[in-house]
Amino acid sequence: MTAPLIISGPHTHTLFTVSRTMLTVSAALAPATLFGLWMFGWPAIFLFLVTVASAWLFEVACLRVAGKPVARFAGDGSAILTGWLVAMTLPPYAPWWLGGTGSAIAIVIAKHLFGGLGQNLFNPAMVARAMLLIALPVHMTTWVAPVGLPEGPGFLDGLAITFAGSQEFDAVSSASTLSHIKSQIGAGATMSEIAPDLAGLEARLIGLVPGSLGETSTILLLLGGIALMALRIVTPVIPLSVLGTLAGLSALASTLAPDRFAPPLLHLTSGSTMLCAFFIATDYVTSPVTAMGKFVYGVAIGALVFVIRTWGSFPEGVAFAVLLMNACTPLIETYVRPRVFGRTRTGKPLPVKARAPRGGKR
Amino acid sequence: MIEAAVSMSALGLGLGLLLGVAARRFHVESPPIVDAIEGILPGTNCGACGYPGCRGLAEAMSEGAAPVTACAPGGRDVALALAAIVDTDGGGGGAVSGMAEAEPTVAFIFEDHCTGCMRCFKRCPTDAIIGANRQIHTVVTDACIGCNACIEACPTEAIVARVKPKTLKSWYWDKPRTAFEARGAEVAA
Amino acid sequence: MSFPHFAALFRPSQFFGIRGGVHPETRKHLSSESPIEDMPIPTLLRVPLQQHIGAEAEPLVRRDDLVVKGQLIGRARGPVSANIHAPTSGRVIAVGHFAAPHPSGLPIPTITIRTDGQDSWGPRLGRLRPENATPEEIAAKVAEAGIVGMGGATFPSAVKLNLRAKYDLHTLVINGAECEPYLTCDDRLMRERAEEIADGVGIMARALGVAQIVVAIESNKAEAISAMQRFDRALDIPLRVQVVPTQYPMGSEKHLVKILTGRETPARALTADLGVVVHNAATAHAVHLAVRYGEPLLSRVVTVSGRAVRRPANVRVLIGTPVSEVIAHCDGYAEEPDRLLLGGPMMGQPIQNPRVPVVKGTSGILALTRAETPGLDTMPCIRCGRCAQACPVGLTPFELNARIQSEDLEGAGRIGLLDCITCGCCSFTCPSNIPLVQTIHYAKGKLAEAEGRRHQQEETKRLAAARKAREEAAAEAKRQMMAKRKAEMEARKQREAAAPPPPPPAQAMAQPGGAAQ
Repeated sequence: MTAPLIISGPHTHTLFTVSRTMLTVSAALAPATLFGLWMFGWPAIFLFLVTVASAWLFEVACLRVAGKPVARFAGDGSAILTGWLVAMTLPPYAPWWLGGTGSAIAIVIAKHLFGGLGQNLFNPAMVARAMLLIALPVHMTTWVAPVGLPEGPGFLDGLAITFAGSQEFDAVSSASTLSHIKSQIGAGATMSEIAPDLAGLEARLIGLVPGSLGETSTILLLLGGIALMALRIVTPVIPLSVLGTLAGLSALASTLAPDRFAPPLLHLTSGSTMLCAFFIATDYVTSPVTAMGKFVYGVAIGALVFVIRTWGSFPEGVAFAVLLMNACTPLIETYVRPRVFGRTRTGKPLPVKARAPRGGKR
Repeated sequence: MIEAAVSMSALGLGLGLLLGVAARRFHVESPPIVDAIEGILPGTNCGACGYPGCRGLAEAMSEGAAPVTACAPGGRDVALALAAIVDTDGGGGGAVSGMAEAEPTVAFIFEDHCTGCMRCFKRCPTDAIIGANRQIHTVVTDACIGCNACIEACPTEAIVARVKPKTLKSWYWDKPRTAFEARGAEVAA
Repeated sequence: MSFPHFAALFRPSQFFGIRGGVHPETRKHLSSESPIEDMPIPTLLRVPLQQHIGAEAEPLVRRDDLVVKGQLIGRARGPVSANIHAPTSGRVIAVGHFAAPHPSGLPIPTITIRTDGQDSWGPRLGRLRPENATPEEIAAKVAEAGIVGMGGATFPSAVKLNLRAKYDLHTLVINGAECEPYLTCDDRLMRERAEEIADGVGIMARALGVAQIVVAIESNKAEAISAMQRFDRALDIPLRVQVVPTQYPMGSEKHLVKILTGRETPARALTADLGVVVHNAATAHAVHLAVRYGEPLLSRVVTVSGRAVRRPANVRVLIGTPVSEVIAHCDGYAEEPDRLLLGGPMMGQPIQNPRVPVVKGTSGILALTRAETPGLDTMPCIRCGRCAQACPVGLTPFELNARIQSEDLEGAGRIGLLDCITCGCCSFTCPSNIPLVQTIHYAKGKLAEAEGRRHQQEETKRLAAARKAREEAAAEAKRQMMAKRKAEMEARKQREAAAPPPPPPAQAMAQPGGAAQ
């Protein structure tokens, strides 16, 4: 018998690993992504492939430079998932270099400059989105109507749109729901005047509206999120607190002043609310670990999203809300801690009852 | 223009004044450090450092003539405690981080060579050696501090320093290496 | 890819069990249906003198002594210690050192006996009629029999039976949870020896003077539950069999008490502070044998399991039997084991040397294959929080790990390092496979070592001061002796010079010097 291995227990292990977790999240994202790719056609497919592939290449390059084991880390799927999430937030007809730049920002700046997997303070995909949104506001807000793969540009036209920046294909450019509301309310219109111009609830649920590549289908994202919760990849605390706070605040505001504020259903079914609540805010690395901390974090994100959408200068505030709360995560973790067994919340041992020796009974 | 210059100057003056007052108000008198150092040192006056007793080392350390790592029997713990109160810059190359976390050693007497001369018995600062004249001496491991004074005293070279033997009570698990360190070791191997 | 079973999502234990905890695959079916079998007497027995928490026993035999079964060969030293008896008859061939059944494999004092195969009993301990015996007599008998906690903690049972002097006790809990995967020895014992266990429980309850008994058994041991339930009216003290959820670490003393009574034992206190004493089911069986039949603790039931073992079984093994012989009794290895463990897979200890002996606290011998054990590749922490969710104590193991890795042991202590019960839930559930438990073991050992060193430093100072005082006293005495001599000389001179000699003045002064010596 060879010398047995002497390491401390436990000597049995759960089946969950990092790569399995990443794979499961990707699987949950797949329906909404496939729907988005179908609706926006060839340019979206090319953009998606470019973004994911470049994210993986950047990951490999960074691991090389940092001298980390490439085979083990590049195979864990985290870079692919990051690239995937970046692609989900891009406008579908964006040029290839926008996807590449987004991946570079996410992987190189937001992830590896902070120390790689598990060390990043900010959600890589949201860093990429926020930086692109500020640096290239026009490219990042050029929406097109979803017409479906057969109706949209063909294979070659798609190549031209993505890689040559061709404007030849006459896409119906249109505004997203949130930017439409923002510009109209800014111009002095009331909600009741705007409402007829907006896409119907059904369209927003299924995803027949202009928007980012993978954010349009509320229902499919919701289903993916429920699957994640059922498989215990994420706990329900963050999604419920984000959605609950956003819905609650918008319900309150639209009850008080129905003309100036969008109703809760509109908030929940537009923009990247669903993607954020289930896939972005629940990112392990950048969210608090304890249930109470998660609750605080989720409520704050929901409130910030509402505030930025309503009073901020951007129509969509998810990226900024998430990044702001990422920065607060260490603070939340310092102050919101679970109670230790046998101790009070402040860490003092629970009081011991006075010992009463029983002398008389013997 | 003038308003800006005046206001900035006033601000600078005010803040400077504040700093000056604070420096006076919260000035901390540096305590007589020799006693503090001596309190941390083992106090056995074993002489392993080369100074006359622990007091001598404490004085030398307070003047910056000796590094905080000078006390070998005290080991890393004493050095760390000293580094917290002594200005290590003056110590001259006595970085605690450089001090390897040495396994504590204890003296061991080879009974074949021991003549029972009592010299080590007299030198031991902690009475860790037991034995009588012309009888083989032995070391009480728990009391020995590993100062090696007895090794120098022994005329027959019967005493050596050994790594303190581990027991079930003192044994504990090694620190696991992180994934990154483990990989470095693989490359080195 | 494999996910938790669908039914796991709706398991009621999730809501009524302990906070945190995990549900490892139990794999108890490997050995749960094999009845307890007696192992033939091996040719050599190596009986360590320290099989318990506390002071090592003092050897009473020498090389070449003949011993008989049940003879006292190691006497308890101090209040927390335990007697050691010869498990069978034979000749002592060595009183020396042998590798401990411990991951370090360090040598510990051990008595080696070559058995003669006769298994001839010496005089047994005096029997007691527990119905008439006082609690003190019962506890003394248990101490005499060398019984220790057989769930693995190996705390001398008699000490726990004497707690009534200090605490106001009302409940005796019998721990039959056996939450560790693979282990089935307590399960089998409860199924086959329920009556004897119930009797032992009654004896212990009498010694403790409690008003009620709760036997806690995990819900996955249906037969043990029904076997024990048959005795719920057999004693004059009410006995209740309480089914607890199947969840690891349900067998942890403080967590079990929390489930049963709803009350949390304060940190650094004992369950006795709540009026509850917890004993293991196998301990109750040993108490029954000691008190009713005067048999000291000579053997125990051990689960031999793991997929590397050809015939998993529950075996009654003499204390001191080499592990390799027990495995050979179970038809050896089916394949090369990856790890050889004593105890369960969660908290058990790996051993290097398969010839180490079975001791009083050995509940299982597991030979696990590569497929059963976790891999060695670790990934960085992704802060998924599974460890914090799984921790039954409410710690944040990933944070402890980060602080310990950067050698901030005091910082780790501030966030609860010393509250950790090293149950292993965090490492079990970690998707990055980080050895959190080993890190925590390391930190605890390191802290204890630093504490010991600090203690030694104080001792050293005391010794040095004592030596200094002695040297000074000696010097003072010498000086005074000199002065006295001088005075005497002077006196003699004076006497020689003048006729009436004055009394020597130094005599009074010499007194304190003499006293100091």
